[in-house]
Amino acid sequence: MSNHAAASLAHQHQFDDAEQQYEASTLGMWVFIVNEVMFFGAMICAYVVYRVVHPGVFEHASQQLNITLGLVNTTILITSSLTMALAVHGAQQGKRGQMLGYLLLTMVLGAAFLGIKGFEYAHKYSEGLVPGLNFTYTGPHADESQLFFSLYFALTGFHALHMVIGLGILGALFAVGARGMFSRDYHTPVEISGLYWHFVDIVWIFLFPLLYLLGLH
Amino acid sequence: MDAPETPKNYLTADYSIKSWLLTVDHKRIAVLYLVSITAMFLLGSAFAAGIRLELLTPRGDLFTSDTYNKLFTMHGIVMVFFFLIPSIPAVLGNFLVPIMIGARDLAFPKINLLSWYIYVIGATFAMFAMITGGVDTGWTFYTPYSSWVSHTNVTATAIGIFITGFSSILTGLNFIVTIHRMRAPGLTWFRMPLFIWAHYATSLVMVLGTPVIAITVALVGLERIFHLGIFNPQMGGDPILFQHLFWFYSHPAVYIMILPSMGVISELITCFSRKSIFGYSFVAISSLAIAFLGFIVWGHHMFTTGQSVYTGMIFSILSFAVAIPSAVKTFNWTATLYRGSLSFEAPMVYALCYLGLFTIGGLTGLFLATLGTDVHVHDTYFVVAHFHYIMVGGAILGYLGGLHFWWPKITGKMYPDGIARTAAIIVFIGFNLTFFPQFVLGYMGMPRRYHFYVDEFQVLNVLSTAGAGILGVGYLLPMFYFVWSLIYGKKAPANPWGATGLEWTTPSPPPTDNFAQTPVVTEDAYSYENLPVPTRASAV
Ligand code: HEM
Ligand SMILES: [Cu+2]
Repeated sequence: MSNHAAASLAHQHQFDDAEQQYEASTLGMWVFIVNEVMFFGAMICAYVVYRVVHPGVFEHASQQLNITLGLVNTTILITSSLTMALAVHGAQQGKRGQMLGYLLLTMVLGAAFLGIKGFEYAHKYSEGLVPGLNFTYTGPHADESQLFFSLYFALTGFHALHMVIGLGILGALFAVGARGMFSRDYHTPVEISGLYWHFVDIVWIFLFPLLYLLGLH
Repeated sequence: MDAPETPKNYLTADYSIKSWLLTVDHKRIAVLYLVSITAMFLLGSAFAAGIRLELLTPRGDLFTSDTYNKLFTMHGIVMVFFFLIPSIPAVLGNFLVPIMIGARDLAFPKINLLSWYIYVIGATFAMFAMITGGVDTGWTFYTPYSSWVSHTNVTATAIGIFITGFSSILTGLNFIVTIHRMRAPGLTWFRMPLFIWAHYATSLVMVLGTPVIAITVALVGLERIFHLGIFNPQMGGDPILFQHLFWFYSHPAVYIMILPSMGVISELITCFSRKSIFGYSFVAISSLAIAFLGFIVWGHHMFTTGQSVYTGMIFSILSFAVAIPSAVKTFNWTATLYRGSLSFEAPMVYALCYLGLFTIGGLTGLFLATLGTDVHVHDTYFVVAHFHYIMVGGAILGYLGGLHFWWPKITGKMYPDGIARTAAIIVFIGFNLTFFPQFVLGYMGMPRRYHFYVDEFQVLNVLSTAGAGILGVGYLLPMFYFVWSLIYGKKAPANPWGATGLEWTTPSPPPTDNFAQTPVVTEDAYSYENLPVPTRASAV
């Protein structure tokens, strides 16, 4: 049960009380995430189909990816999920300092992920493996390999876009939180942003094995 | 100041343009949608007129083949993505969902406004593509033609459709959360109006299906920009995969068009039969069943792509299954009409015309779902006739019926009932004259998307074009008398039809916050049996 005196300050006119607003926002984020699953789902479906149609080629192409960097990034993202959870916990306890600290840490980790991803992209570019820009791969089955890299860039690019948006959200949370907008009674934005962040992490947990590991022996 | 008699309603709350463009009131957003969607309908109709005029003669003497291809493509794109899909949810749904469940607004009013802006931006993109050269791929964008061969403005159109998809997703998201979390006390799931059930099911399809088409057209766009080969067989890609992804959305999308319409019809039939709907819970659940089954039958669009015969058989059987919940609805409506005290106000006339057209459209769907007959009529005018019976006959008649039913609530004005009834009948006649000959044409073998045909087909094509003219009159009439009613119409009472439902307990038009006090619901929907003898609207 929330403290109604404080809570009534913090709900919008279409809701009866803060609790209803909280439930609506959370459900809204879940529905949004389900929608996102379908976005990624369609592309992952395309990837799996082609992987089955051209197994050898995809296996060979996937070995061009840098597994070490992928692994480092996976670790970074899992850690960022933990720090995000701690930020949400801090917000729930009304501990502003803890919340802000962990938010910052999450953002640093997110930025590190993007930095490494950018490094990987640059490397692929220098190797002539970016379809549409400079695809000069000459190995066997160059065309089907281009298919692999098209999907690789589509999937990881779309995921990276989500990370960028996530960083924007965390930045906004930090700015608003620093002005003391969140309290024990009102921290819905932190919670639903946390859901979003965890979702983006989970997508990566699927992408990493699909793209990097499947061809490993 | 005449404040006590005319308290402020959502229309008179503020007159500035800014108050409209920045409104977060679901009712005003519904009106914004109404205006923009009507504009798109007129545009799509102009393209249709071009198609039908060209087909008057067996030779292409009006347009070049190129222009003709662009005409039917843009007709399809405008009508499907910019008119039919948003029509009922964005206009009637936006206006009514919160009021019908006793809420002050949707859960996320700003997201609702955002969805309108997204719609406008997406539509502008697509318009831009049409002005600067047009598109000729057909509204289905089949690859590799769309990704490789066509030299028209596919990319800009694809971007427009991608953007507009988000408006649909956000509307669906808003409805789902609102229906789950904001129902008035006492309004349990099985007391909700069937209109709400229909919108709930539709919203699920919007949220689950739309992302798939969005990403699919985005991939086609990327293919064109970067010359990738995701769906291009020359580069190891598979055009059939495009069709799977496309129809995974686009078959359910036909339910985005028809389910809300079914919701409207349920409201109209009970109201003008003065009976509670027969088998309420079956009608409610059948909406969910249609939404679910709609996701597993897409393969019936691909019987002729060389998929294995077993796949074809499975999709065929599953498609038959969709007919079951649709039939449940139709039979329940009929049972509701049986021994009801019917009255034939304009909305009811629209509803009855709907029943006729929807039944023909649905039954011919079964012909198409049957492997053998589909191979014969696939990509002929039979298919064209089928989906027009459903989408134009079903979805638009539901939309028009709903507009006539709730027009007094939306605008506070009554329209002339006699002309409105006549318009419905003109639509019905014009419609059948337009599309019934197309079943015959298709059966005889006239392929769709050709603008040359053999001379034997001319008579039926002339009939069809004549029907289209009549149909056009039927569609234009409401625009005139609706606008007329805004200026000269009688003031509408709160409940002109003597209908049940929370929306009729608010004044017409409703105040910005909908309800002075949150209503408490104590009975089931449609308890017409407890109501006094109807007062006919024309007598008000
Ligand atoms: C309920 C509303 C329905 C709507 C709005 C609808 C709409 C459509 C549309 C738009 C198309 C044409 C797609 C194209 O451009 O190629 C189509 C084709 C088709 N419909 Fe329906 N339909 C409905 C119901 C049904 C039902 C109940 C069935 C089967 C039981 C069915 C079976 C088919 C089949 C098999 C095709 C493909 C025919 C072909 O291309 O050879 N439809 N429908
Ligand atoms: Cu279908």
